[in-house]
Amino acid sequence: MTSPFFTGEHAMLRDQLRRFVAEEVVPHAEAWEAEGSVPRDVLRRMGELGFLGIRYGEQWGGADMDTLGSVVLAEELGRSTFGGFAITVLVHTDMASVHVANAGTPEQRARWMPGIVAGETVTAVAVTEPGAGSDVKGIATRAEQIPGGWRLSGSKLFITNGVHADLVCVAAKTGGERPSRAVTMFAVERDTPGFRVGRVLDKQGWRCSDTAELVFEECFVPHENVLGPEGGGFGAIMRNFQNERLVIAAMAMAEAETALEITLEHVKTRRAFGGTLWDREAVRQKLAALWGRVAAAKAMVHQVAWRDGRGEDCVREVSALKALCGELVNEVMYACVQCHGGSGFMADVAINRMARDARVHAIGGGATEVMLEEVAKRL
Amino acid sequence: MKVLVPVKRVIDYNVKVRVKADSSGVDLANVKMSMNPFDEIAVEQAIRLKEAGQADEIVIVSIGVEKAQETIRTALAMGADRGILVKAVDNVETDVEPLAVAKILAKIVEEEGPGLVLCGKQAIDNDMNATGQMLAALLGWAQGTFASKLAIEGDHASVTREVDGGLQTIKVKMPAVVTVDLRLNEPRYASLPNIMKAKKKPLDVKTPEDYGVDVSPRLTVVSVKEPPARKAGVKVADVAELVDKLKNEAGVI
Ligand SMILES: Cc1cc2nc3c(=O)[nH]c(=O)nc-3n(C[C@H](O)[C@H](O)[C@H](O)COP(=O)(O)OP(=O)(O)OC[C@H]3O[C@@H](n4cnc5c(N)ncnc54)[C@H](O)[C@@H]3O)c2cc1C
Repeated sequence: MTSPFFTGEHAMLRDQLRRFVAEEVVPHAEAWEAEGSVPRDVLRRMGELGFLGIRYGEQWGGADMDTLGSVVLAEELGRSTFGGFAITVLVHTDMASVHVANAGTPEQRARWMPGIVAGETVTAVAVTEPGAGSDVKGIATRAEQIPGGWRLSGSKLFITNGVHADLVCVAAKTGGERPSRAVTMFAVERDTPGFRVGRVLDKQGWRCSDTAELVFEECFVPHENVLGPEGGGFGAIMRNFQNERLVIAAMAMAEAETALEITLEHVKTRRAFGGTLWDREAVRQKLAALWGRVAAAKAMVHQVAWRDGRGEDCVREVSALKALCGELVNEVMYACVQCHGGSGFMADVAINRMARDARVHAIGGGATEVMLEEVAKRL
Repeated sequence: MKVLVPVKRVIDYNVKVRVKADSSGVDLANVKMSMNPFDEIAVEQAIRLKEAGQADEIVIVSIGVEKAQETIRTALAMGADRGILVKAVDNVETDVEPLAVAKILAKIVEEEGPGLVLCGKQAIDNDMNATGQMLAALLGWAQGTFASKLAIEGDHASVTREVDGGLQTIKVKMPAVVTVDLRLNEPRYASLPNIMKAKKKPLDVKTPEDYGVDVSPRLTVVSVKEPPARKAGVKVADVAELVDKLKNEAGVI
């Protein structure tokens, strides 16, 4: 409970989030899973309570908190057992809107940040394409300069919040010799002519998170909507990935911890062979060992978040955490489903949903292998 | 009118309480602590009175360990104006008994001169249900306990009380002590911007000596036990078997 990193404000934020999840999320989220998205009024309510502006400036309604504030958000949303809900919010707060907050001009930020913090302007980030995921430099979406702005052509795949977002931060090639200077970010508003949702995608997990293929057909984007300098996109994506990956690691460990709690409850009450499952040493030891690994990984998440908040370079540590936590959460879910027996295989129980949701943690935001290469380069 | 709201830091209501092996009490090490839920309702009511223009300042008091500051900050984040922490014990395991709390509160009331003290009807840790009543007695004030509705009408307060079998509405003369029940209101969330603002609100730290009150315990805990574990139930095949078991095994019909 006590931690050298978290302050009283972090603790209070955690309490409010936990109550919000218990009262406003868990009782309704099964219906959201069936609908395939989180209702907009839930995001607005979170905006009212300040949950969407944890890291952003007071002038926009934010709280100017540090990286640990994002960790608190990710952990408490992760505890909800609805990964799709958690990712809907976290993509908006910590993966997409960061492109406006970090690279936006004063005018752009004045225009969009208040709506982002209030939950009125929901954001998405579109980098991945049918032909390029892990290899960001390999994207094919092009932006051509024309009078007054740019013309975007191409398509984006697996875009979280893609169906309902009001503002999409899109990566496109703007040319140039050096591949690392060939990408620029554009803020594309919904209903911009030439921009449409190509397909709504059906997924194994994260079912209440809307995911889309986005299509850009000679879509005109004015100069005022270019985020950051021309050719600065790749650098911005890589920098913002740090936060995204840390947040995913925090979310994953909170999910693992919650799955273990649910499973402990189950094995301690489930009767078999004249006792409970907990009386079986193989069951006990499996869960005890996983508990220790999750606690250790979580402690590293907190420590790295604290260092990141102090401005230290933690690329190696964040990459290691993304790889570690993305795999560990899946090991935990596998064991937890196993401990539930047949009931764990039923689609309508929490542990089954959590196991389906967890799979993507080893893929999205940087696949495990890609993360380990980032670590290896720095060893 | 100034409103004083005493709040207690207690074991969180979601925590599965464990009794210590030596039966000396409940295990409080590494356990989540929160504001007593009834006190949260009292804070909310005070804020509503302020929003309605019937109160102009809300002072929060907590008596306990240093960490009770966090509980006060939560009340400040909800909308209270300032806090007073009376650091009475060093160890969370030591409970300050109701009479000592009431005596300290009586002194604070003398100093602060509130028109209303809003307390929770009881703390969920020891369920004493005594502090508000003792405070009213020490002050010689009117009291309205278990309030499920509260209206301030001039120099009186109308308090609807939840009593066995129904509701009783009484009129009490102000200043008064009112203790609040569960259905009075639903406490608001503390928004994050308000959490950040609460950091800057004034919070005085005092000790029982400042008020000349002796907080040493008068009660001795003999032993604390868990409620007996419920035995596993049985499933019956049909009504006939149920009736048979009730007759022949349980002997209740
Ligand atoms: C539900 C969901 C939501 C998503 N949301 C977004 C979003 O909002 N915005 C966005 O831009 N993208 C999003 N993505 C895309 C995600 O970031 C990519 O799926 C991920 O980066 C992997 O890219 P890919 O799918 O193209 O796989 P590929 O790049 O084709 O890789 C396939 C597999 O190959 C292996 N591999 C790849 N590179 C290496 C390597 N260098 N060494 C060894 N092995 C390697 C890995 O195991 C990897 O999983 C989302 C994906 C999913 C599934």
